[in-house]
Amino acid sequence: MTMKLAKTIAIALTAVAGFAGTAMGAGAAKHPMQMEWSFEGPTGTYDLASAQRGWQIYKNVCSACHSLKYFRFRNLAELGYEEDMIKAWAAEYTVVDGVDDAGDPKERNGLPQDAFPSPFPNPEAAAASNGGAVPPDLSLIAKARHDGPNYLYSLLTGYEDAPADHEAPAGKSYNPYFPGGNISMAPPLMEGIVEYEDGTAATEEQMAKDVVNFLMYVAEPKLEARHHMGLNVLLYLLVLVVVLYFSMKKIWKPVKEGKNFYKK
Amino acid sequence: MAEWIDAKPKNKAAAWLEERLPVIGLVNNVVGVDTPTPRNLNYWWNFGSLAGLMLVVQIISGIVLAMHYTPNTLMAFDSVERIMRDVNYGWLIRYMHANGASFFFIAVYIHILRGLYYGSYKAPREVLWMLGLVIFLLMMATAFMGYVLPWGQMSFWGATVITNLFSAIPVVGDSIVTLLWGGFSVDNPTLNRFFSLHYLLPFVIAGVVILHIWAKKVSDSGNPLGIDVKSSADQIPFHPFYTVKDAFGAAVFFAIFATFLFYMPNALGHPDNYIPADPLVTPGSIVPEWYFLPFYAILRSITFDIGIPFTDVVIIPAKLLGVIAMFAAILVLFFLPWLDRSKVRSGKFRPMFRWFFWFLVIDMVVLTIVGGKKPEGIWPVIGLIGTAYYFAHFLVVLPLLAKFEKTLPLPESIANPVVKAAE
Ligand code: HEC
Repeated sequence: MTMKLAKTIAIALTAVAGFAGTAMGAGAAKHPMQMEWSFEGPTGTYDLASAQRGWQIYKNVCSACHSLKYFRFRNLAELGYEEDMIKAWAAEYTVVDGVDDAGDPKERNGLPQDAFPSPFPNPEAAAASNGGAVPPDLSLIAKARHDGPNYLYSLLTGYEDAPADHEAPAGKSYNPYFPGGNISMAPPLMEGIVEYEDGTAATEEQMAKDVVNFLMYVAEPKLEARHHMGLNVLLYLLVLVVVLYFSMKKIWKPVKEGKNFYKK
Repeated sequence: MAEWIDAKPKNKAAAWLEERLPVIGLVNNVVGVDTPTPRNLNYWWNFGSLAGLMLVVQIISGIVLAMHYTPNTLMAFDSVERIMRDVNYGWLIRYMHANGASFFFIAVYIHILRGLYYGSYKAPREVLWMLGLVIFLLMMATAFMGYVLPWGQMSFWGATVITNLFSAIPVVGDSIVTLLWGGFSVDNPTLNRFFSLHYLLPFVIAGVVILHIWAKKVSDSGNPLGIDVKSSADQIPFHPFYTVKDAFGAAVFFAIFATFLFYMPNALGHPDNYIPADPLVTPGSIVPEWYFLPFYAILRSITFDIGIPFTDVVIIPAKLLGVIAMFAAILVLFFLPWLDRSKVRSGKFRPMFRWFFWFLVIDMVVLTIVGGKKPEGIWPVIGLIGTAYYFAHFLVVLPLLAKFEKTLPLPESIANPVVKAAE
């Protein structure tokens, strides 16, 4: 019975694993390149230097079109920035905050508690400036795609000339990682488009890697706390399992010896 | 059959209370921690208490989430992100609740399969079994409505697809759908009523769980040998023996749960649900949560109408037939005690039944896979075969087995599990 059971479970598990594997590769798009990320694995943490460079890319490049509505300037403190720097960055942006006495929208300089503002007043304006496609909010993008970080990296570095039999419509670029292949975002990263504050060479791959580290942090800011707590919880449960196992063996001893607990 | 036993508390205050309101006796008679229990329960018997524990986890984490969640189409998604980012330990509570649903289903599925293998549905436990199925149905409704609450793309489109199914019901279908929606599409009133019911149903489940446990107390636990308790030698007190065994099992189960919660909290979810709901954009494929996939596969496997041959008259359109098949897949389980008339309860002594049990398990795994695929190519065919086999198992195989299977000789007693034939 147990042999058969073990065998059946093994068969079932292989089937389920195969299923999960193929589900990932669903769709016509090219399978993302598999990169190594510091945040992966049970002890994974964010590569802060890379995420800081990614922030520089986001601020200087991506923010021209994309929004980050769940990311507040004050969150930059967790990436290792000082408060006065954060205040200064926030103040570079104007945000609409309520109305004045005449009923007109009131603008003010950004504060650390503000979310990173969208470059467009509304989705229609965003679509109008981008050939009809709305640049999506990027706050959760790293979790909103299958194999998120690898997909983002592949998408950002994967632009190439369309194959001869493929005609990209006007205003679209060819990118084999994007479902359908025609993306309304022109290649955003060009070698040397920014000069890194820390002197790292700004190659396309480097910038893509950095911005993915930043976007993953934005999507899952509590990852490090989660990994850390997980370790403690699992250690605790492990000890509990051992203690309970031996308690059980001890308590059950008379049962195994066939004792009748109801005999007067 | 258990007698009603009056509690006689030694403590004066407790005795005073018991005389006026016999709650201690009530709890003892319904749950009873020192109930005499078969001494041979194996680890498959752990999953009942595990399911109960997961219900508690879900209710507690759910109540905390409800303190921060806003059931409004304009704010629901934002409020969930607020929980994830700004509420203290909000990420912990939400990931616990989202993965907790999956682990609740894992525990319940194993619990049900255990019942199927060991014949736990047979007399005198038919009502116990059916109450369990009621819990299962309520869980499915609760989980479905819970998945709608974050108001992501899968929430919205899942709700649209599933509620639309009811429109297949003749005459009243459209009215039912309007009632579910609270209007003419999935919108704010839908979200509001789903939230209200999602909060209510777990307490209904808790009520049925109490009845389920009471029915177990009255009809006694089954056991792996499937034979009745013959004497007190077959039994041991529930506490401390099964309390410690359940606690050990729970610690192992929770370690697996914690591995998902802390290290792959989104593995069982769909990435599209991190995109806010958009009624104008249909996702590439709409897939329900994994625990619904076998039933979703059954639903989609029916692609043909039933009509009068050689005419265009359609009696049951494909869509309705699919819906009927999906609900029938669960309803058939209610009739199980009468479909399987074999005198022998446990699969241990049923050499042929055992094979068919594992075929059914494989069939369920196959249907799960089919449910996750787009209905193209070979998949609908496999889905149809899987569906046919599922029903054949209950409606054909089990009744025939009861007639023709040659069961093995049963042991003398639980305490003395040697085969009688040796006498
Ligand atoms: C000139 C404007 C512009 C800039 C600058 C820009 N994007 Fe985009 N982005 C778009 C548009 C438009 C889309 C929508 C594309 C579509 O749907 O075809 C888009 C889509 C995306 C997507 C979603 C792809 C998908 O799977 O749906 C990601 C991810 C993305 N951009 C990342 C970035 C990053 C990272 C940067 C900065 C390095 C950036 N973008 C800079 C305009 C821009």
